[in-house]
Amino acid sequence: MIAELGLAALWMAAALAILQVVTGLLTVYAGRGGSDDSVLPEIARLTRPSAVMQGLLTIFSFAMLLWVFAITDLSVRLVAENSHSMKPLVFKIAAAWGNHEGSMLLWVTIMSLAGALIALVERRLPERTMQATIAAQGLVALGFYAFLLLSSNPFDRLTFPALEGAGLNPLLQDLGLAFHPPTLYVGYVGLSIAFSFAVGALLTREVTPAFARAMRPWILAAWIFLTLGITAGSYWAYYELGWGGWWFWDPVENASLMPWLAATALLHSVSVLAARDALRTWTIMLGVVAFSMSMLGTFLVRSGILTSVHAFAVDPQRGTFILILLALYIGGALLLFALRAGSIVEGKRFAVASREGALVFNNVMLSAILAIVLLGTLYPLVTEAFGVRVSVGPPYFDPVSAIFVIPMLLVMMVGPLLRWRQDSASRIKGQLLAILAALAVGIIVVVLIGGVHVLPFLGLVLALALAVASLSPLKGRKLRRVPLFTWGMVLAHFGIAMALFGMASDSAFTKEKLTAVGVGETAMVGPWSVKLDGVEPVAGPNWTAMQGNLTASYRGEQPITLTPQSRSFWAPPQQTKESALSTRWNGQLYAVIGEQSAQGRWQLRLWWKPFVIYIWLGGGLVALGGLLSLIGRMMADLRLRMAKRNRALRAGEAAA
Amino acid sequence: MKFAGFLLFGAAMTSSPLMAQDQLPPAPYAYRQLSDPKLEAKAEALMGTLRCLQCQSQSIADSDAPIAGDMRSEVRLRIAAGEDPEVIRRWLMERYGDYVSYKPEISRTTWPLFAVPLVLILLAVAIVWRRVGRPS
Repeated sequence: MIAELGLAALWMAAALAILQVVTGLLTVYAGRGGSDDSVLPEIARLTRPSAVMQGLLTIFSFAMLLWVFAITDLSVRLVAENSHSMKPLVFKIAAAWGNHEGSMLLWVTIMSLAGALIALVERRLPERTMQATIAAQGLVALGFYAFLLLSSNPFDRLTFPALEGAGLNPLLQDLGLAFHPPTLYVGYVGLSIAFSFAVGALLTREVTPAFARAMRPWILAAWIFLTLGITAGSYWAYYELGWGGWWFWDPVENASLMPWLAATALLHSVSVLAARDALRTWTIMLGVVAFSMSMLGTFLVRSGILTSVHAFAVDPQRGTFILILLALYIGGALLLFALRAGSIVEGKRFAVASREGALVFNNVMLSAILAIVLLGTLYPLVTEAFGVRVSVGPPYFDPVSAIFVIPMLLVMMVGPLLRWRQDSASRIKGQLLAILAALAVGIIVVVLIGGVHVLPFLGLVLALALAVASLSPLKGRKLRRVPLFTWGMVLAHFGIAMALFGMASDSAFTKEKLTAVGVGETAMVGPWSVKLDGVEPVAGPNWTAMQGNLTASYRGEQPITLTPQSRSFWAPPQQTKESALSTRWNGQLYAVIGEQSAQGRWQLRLWWKPFVIYIWLGGGLVALGGLLSLIGRMMADLRLRMAKRNRALRAGEAAA
Repeated sequence: MKFAGFLLFGAAMTSSPLMAQDQLPPAPYAYRQLSDPKLEAKAEALMGTLRCLQCQSQSIADSDAPIAGDMRSEVRLRIAAGEDPEVIRRWLMERYGDYVSYKPEISRTTWPLFAVPLVLILLAVAIVWRRVGRPS
């Protein structure tokens, strides 16, 4: 009964999405020519409530899915295929979105919730633009409802209930990963709002600074979640896969990086539009591209095409469905863009040496990086379709993306120091000198350390200079008077410097030790000595493990205990290596225990990774910067509204 | 010995290939480093750019799969024997196909991978040039 309630709610939500598309579009086209909100047709009143109701229904539907997973209802096919009665409750619930159908339901739930939110609170723009926006949101949601209901029903029942579930991939039975997909999805799907706003504004031709200010908080929010999702995903890969790698240029990772790159570009160009009324078409274009990348990522991950093009061809129904949706939405939006872009004036012009100039430059660089990642991710799929298998990996992505990343970082140091419209280098001479000094110091230090390869070398030097540069907009200002959104920018840029430092340091300075030790023996890695005290079997709720008891000492200091495990799960039968980490301010010790060799010695894998943790701390700082920015913008907006209301009140009193 | 070999062969035929490989002890240098840090660094650099054929998007330096271990051992032994890393890459590509190398080379199938970045550079210059005009 619970599963059927969920399914019914989903059908009703889909019906409401149709209603919202029809009423929204009718409103836009009813009074064409006039932009006066007072002549809206009666039917316009239905649009917002149906978006809100649709959000409530999908939430209900998703709650029903969580419910059948929580009680392990094995008559539901999805539960039987992906869960197990012996799993801890949190992983039973996480299993609800750890599969194709469930994650797609999560996708439409977030999508319609986002639609419900804009329908509920967003009232700053002309109502006709909002009607068009909500209609666009409904139209996109509709495709995904169709996908769920026609080809991926999460509430499908089995004719005969299963006796036991098949279990969840042990790699996914980890708290970090349980909450990684929802975070990423909020980011992915949050970008749908930017897409709908862009389409809405194209339909009514109202691309204005007010439109940019209305769109900005939504982009920021989605971008914060994307940043967090990618950072968390990278850390998960780092500690869970057991070899200390944190980014593999894997298509699934790239699928999350591409929307982030587009959203980062969009975030900056929307700021230009809001502040200076420039870059109108460019902003709209990025709005379309960002969500297109989200959809493309979903297609890549969900169609099975990544495992093999042939796997996709064997069961093409789902993949084809998403591919058609992709073609319809991206193609449709681009067509609309092509038809309307000509009628949108580009906006104000500006000089090379200006804030806009720097932002445009970095927007172009971000777009180029996006293009490289897109090419490197899709190209192997294209050749495979023609029977040639090639691999594109780090040796391609690292140097080729660096071509664009390095100029971008350099411009990023100077951009925030420049004034809007027109500026000169001589005005910011002091700060420029500080940045150059940081570059010089960086080069000298890294040369003195010696033996560092080109890319990590550049990474270390640029990170230091960027750290100095990102703080320099604060120079000469009273810190208490600096607006919150400026703090946000400073923090986010500093976070990029920090993450870059961590990445470069990990590549340049990591020490590795692979060895086999007997009980009581000691292995050395970098400044650490690690002793194997013993190995003992331990048992968890759905696994057993061999646990190594290690004591590790940093340069002869007080030793600490580390307990890496080699776990065997039984449903499904699979082995995982649980790494043990010890974090210091200057790096992380990473320990993994492997198999026992013939002579009774145990394999140990040890890494000393100087400053590696700054990768994810930096990522967190970037997200925090986004959050401060978001709060700052919202507070500024609230103050503006209050002031407006007060003025109106005073004017009313004066008139009376 | 022949009999033992036959038994092993039989085991490999009846169980899945993965299981058979699991039962064999790992190759000598799968989980062991070369004693010369310079050679080991050379081997590391090469291993990071070779694909583990059993995994999804992991290099052989990042994988517990048996075949990755065998390949690591092979790479280390050949590096220790003084072979050039690019010669080893070529040997592996001849054996396993171009797919095994993460480092695409310019060829009739892969030239767009290298042409597109060049086009992008030109395009980026053109866009920046066009966008940035004089303030009116």
